[in-house]
Amino acid sequence: MKPTDIAAPDYFHKVVDCQWACPAHTPVPEYIRLIAQGRYSDAYMINWKSNVFPGILGRTCDRPCEPACRRGRVEETPVAICRLKRVAADFKDDIKHRLPKPSAKNGKRVAFVGGGPASLTVARDLAPLGYHCTVFDGDPEAGGMMRTQIPKFRLPNSVIDEETGYILNLGVEFKGGHRIESMKALLAEKYDAIFVGSGAPRGRELDIPGRKEAAAHVHIGIDWLSSVSFGHTDKIGKRVIVLGGGNTAMDCCRTARRLGGEDVKVIVRSGFEEMKASPWEKEDAIHEDIPILNFLVPVAFIHDNGKLTGITFQKVKAEYDAKGRRNLVPSGEPDQTLECDDVLVAVGQENAFPWIEQDCGIEFDKWHMPKVDPKTFVSTNPKVFFGGDAAFGPKNIIWAVAQGHDAALSIHKMLSGEDITERPLPEVHVSSQKMGIHEWSYDNDISNDKRFKVPHRDKVIALKDIRTEVELGYDVKLALGEAHRCLNCDVQTVFSTSLCIECDACVDICPMDCITFTENGEETDLRHLLKAPSPHPDQDLYVSSDLKTGRVMVKDEDVCLHCGLCAERCPTGAWDMQKYLIEMTHAGSACPTKSRSAA
Amino acid sequence: MTYIAKPKFHHPGLKKNELGYTHRDYEGKISTLCAGCGHDSITASIIEACYELSIEPHRVAKISGIGCSSKTPDYFLGNSHGFNSVHGRMPSVLTGANLANRDLIYLGVSGDGDSASIGFGQFAHSIRRGVNMTYIVENNGVYGLTKGQFSATADRGSKSKKGVTNTDNAIDLVAIALQLGATFVARSFSGDKAQLVPLIAAAIGHKGASFIDVISPCIAFNNHAGSTKSFDYVREHNDAVNRLDVLVGRDPIAVDYAPGTVQVVEQHDGSKIALRKIDADYDPHDRLGAQTFLARHAAKGQIVTGLLYVDPDAEDLHSHLNTVEAPLNTLEADTLCPGSAALDKFNASLR
Ligand SMILES: Cc1cc2nc3c(=O)[nH]c(=O)nc-3n(C[C@H](O)[C@H](O)[C@H](O)COP(=O)(O)OP(=O)(O)OC[C@H]3O[C@@H](n4cnc5c(N)ncnc54)[C@H](O)[C@@H]3O)c2cc1C
Ligand SMILES: Cc1ncc(C[n+]2csc(CCOP(=O)(O)OP(=O)(O)O)c2C)c(N)n1
Ligand code: SF4
Ligand code: SF4
Ligand code: SF4
Ligand SMILES: [Mg+2]
Repeated sequence: MKPTDIAAPDYFHKVVDCQWACPAHTPVPEYIRLIAQGRYSDAYMINWKSNVFPGILGRTCDRPCEPACRRGRVEETPVAICRLKRVAADFKDDIKHRLPKPSAKNGKRVAFVGGGPASLTVARDLAPLGYHCTVFDGDPEAGGMMRTQIPKFRLPNSVIDEETGYILNLGVEFKGGHRIESMKALLAEKYDAIFVGSGAPRGRELDIPGRKEAAAHVHIGIDWLSSVSFGHTDKIGKRVIVLGGGNTAMDCCRTARRLGGEDVKVIVRSGFEEMKASPWEKEDAIHEDIPILNFLVPVAFIHDNGKLTGITFQKVKAEYDAKGRRNLVPSGEPDQTLECDDVLVAVGQENAFPWIEQDCGIEFDKWHMPKVDPKTFVSTNPKVFFGGDAAFGPKNIIWAVAQGHDAALSIHKMLSGEDITERPLPEVHVSSQKMGIHEWSYDNDISNDKRFKVPHRDKVIALKDIRTEVELGYDVKLALGEAHRCLNCDVQTVFSTSLCIECDACVDICPMDCITFTENGEETDLRHLLKAPSPHPDQDLYVSSDLKTGRVMVKDEDVCLHCGLCAERCPTGAWDMQKYLIEMTHAGSACPTKSRSAA
Repeated sequence: MTYIAKPKFHHPGLKKNELGYTHRDYEGKISTLCAGCGHDSITASIIEACYELSIEPHRVAKISGIGCSSKTPDYFLGNSHGFNSVHGRMPSVLTGANLANRDLIYLGVSGDGDSASIGFGQFAHSIRRGVNMTYIVENNGVYGLTKGQFSATADRGSKSKKGVTNTDNAIDLVAIALQLGATFVARSFSGDKAQLVPLIAAAIGHKGASFIDVISPCIAFNNHAGSTKSFDYVREHNDAVNRLDVLVGRDPIAVDYAPGTVQVVEQHDGSKIALRKIDADYDPHDRLGAQTFLARHAAKGQIVTGLLYVDPDAEDLHSHLNTVEAPLNTLEADTLCPGSAALDKFNASLR
């Protein structure tokens, strides 16, 4: 293998598994260290810069970082990255003075369709640069589905108000209750750019016999949830069936439990394991006495003269074809009818753009989705950008934020007369953490603690009021314990070939058998020559140039604890522990020096 | 030396030996030696060899003298028996322990100062008596612990860190061990675990006096230009006569060697040593040949390493003395002290 180019910004970024997996590339270990030091406001600001909604995301994020976290490869569970984010939000001081100030306008106007996380992120990045941002939303308040869909027992309004407020206070104009009915008309208003962040607002239908007749008691999940959010709906029948296995279904069933549902069931077509809902959402639902029944396909709504009485299900089983694809086939058992008073249909979400005319220069593909460039987020109309659920279908908040940052950068570049396909590389800061022979400016002692549970409110109290937040969040002590579990993956092991005398001290001390000195070879050969097996080929090998003996140093990054013992034991300082801080390029980042093509 | 404890976590894919232990289970306390000390690599090699042999830690007694090298038993086999004796007295403590209980595996760990200077006589007698042990000298040519004075193994003409030339002749412990009748003699280098680990494993399997001289650079006081025990010097002058694999239990002997290049040596404990020849002329069963070979190569400034001599049919001190097989601590008082009648009878037999 060729010597590893550690100067390439992606190399060490990938080692910080959580940050690499975060769509917005939040510097996770950096903020976790700040939490451990009690510097909650600083931790909050790092998050605010990257992911815009730390308090909201600290309660609701889909957390792609956690399955990626190195700790999960070293012991059973990853660091509770998400809930530590909430700690920063919960314990911070007033940070308003640290936010950008509304700046003098630069005369350019940007319109936003929708006020969800995607639009708000773009506005947050552009407003401080002097753009006049006008956000239109059909709903009265900002926040999009964060406000209208996510139930209040998971995300209180106060948190949404605070964090959307930080953005609107940057001088962003918010026009609530103002639905955009025509793209043509909006284009005619001669905005310099338009960002479409209108989400995926339509719940998928379930067209089976009885649907029309029983309509009064069959509700589309996301419509029902927003109606609950707005206070239009405040009760439901005693026996409720929720159809669907995603996170919407989990929110529906838990909401139903709080509005009078006593016998609430979730029923899914697939197996329990394949459900789309996150494991922790399923856990929370089950904890609230909601059974999840699987392998049942709804075939008819049963009604008595228009009054819903139940649903009939066909029983199925999973069969796998030669290619390993799963098919659900009837199991041959008799159909089953389950009684209920109300049904919540949560079987998927769709995009809909009835307000975008065919002849606006915005092309759609055969699935009726706008043609959007996945890196610049521009549509086929160079002034119109898409992001969030509107761009590529329903995802989640953190993806909406990440895409918002990229779209904002495109809009800023376009309006600065630059090529939007030239994407500046992230800024990388490197600094040795050495303080003394065995002293580092980070805590390199590895905690053996298992993941700390976030305390929950007593179930009886929690179920009484839909506005009572279930999770109480970590207290300072639990947060400190959990923060210590982080392995500081951003404090990188950096190797200097010229200093190494091949004494084997690092090999001998490394608790994880990461380091091997060997003859060089192709990557697959090297992986077999390592001191310990290498089960994750997606984890890079760090390879040195040739050493004095003609061998090379190979380090499997996979399960390195970043404990720094290799550097402590190295007699010549050939290993050093250096902190890599990678800051993603946002609109208006100070003069980026390097760039790569988006093509 | 480091301030944090070595983390408990280990690589999730670590292999386990027959006892279900990983190599990490054979570790001891975290080393307090200088960063980069060759002795730590020998520690790692002992750990690896014991892991590979699936040795039960409680069946090992590690005995040492004084010196950085003699401190190392604290850093491996944390669940074994240990005795950190007086300077140079490891061999007599080991001999005594061995006579009292032959069931344990005896690891004697010493330094060049400990064995070639103050303990030279002790070393010599334990070897010539054929004590069943694995005697490892961690040889750095200096008294590391007392800040780098030349030891008796420092080569004449080599330079100290401060530039002083050594005018005394060196003791080659391997040559002496051969001369005194050791039945397993090897030399290796702390920076070459591929050679050292199987040598230690083979030595443990040998019944009789096994001696391994391991050149082990003292990073603090003897790793400079002009030293003949530095990493660079040893790498440049290392002349390995053979490499070996130790085959334990049911594992068949690997057959991927060119025919005629492998010699299989069967040991008392049933293990087999597959010796891969590097020097075609070298015969590790020829004590006299080994001695001349060593002398010739030493004159040329070469450091001969590998398994230099082995007598697979060796006997040990117990068989020479015809001692009781059971460990003394398992014998009842009346067996240990049969009474004055028995003594009278014994005395009568000597009259
Ligand atoms: C029940 C449910 C629970 C969820 N839970 C989570 C969760 O826990 N964590 C998570 O990360 N994600 C969750 N999501 C997904 C998440 O809410 C969305 O992915 C995210 O809000 C998308 O952001 P967005 O900015 O693209 O659009 P949205 O948040 O959907 O915002 C779009 C906004 O545009 C407005 N709008 C649409 N059309 C027009 C128009 N023509 N004119 C004016 N305004 C318009 C809408 O009123 C809406 O306010 C959940 C989704 C649902 C349905
Ligand atoms: C009876 C006695 N004399 C002298 C000393 C001082 N002393 C301690 S260690 C040592 C030399 C150790 O040298 P070596 O065995 O080569 O060990 P190293 O530190 O080099 O590994 C000496 C002379 C002592 N501890 N006891
Ligand atoms: S241990 Fe910490 S830095 Fe490493 S991946 Fe997990 S959260 Fe990120
Ligand atoms: S920091 Fe060094 S010693 Fe610690 S696990 Fe990583 S490679 Fe091993
Ligand atoms: S003084 Fe020399 S022998 Fe002693 S620990 Fe340091 S490097 Fe090793
Ligand atoms: Mg010494």
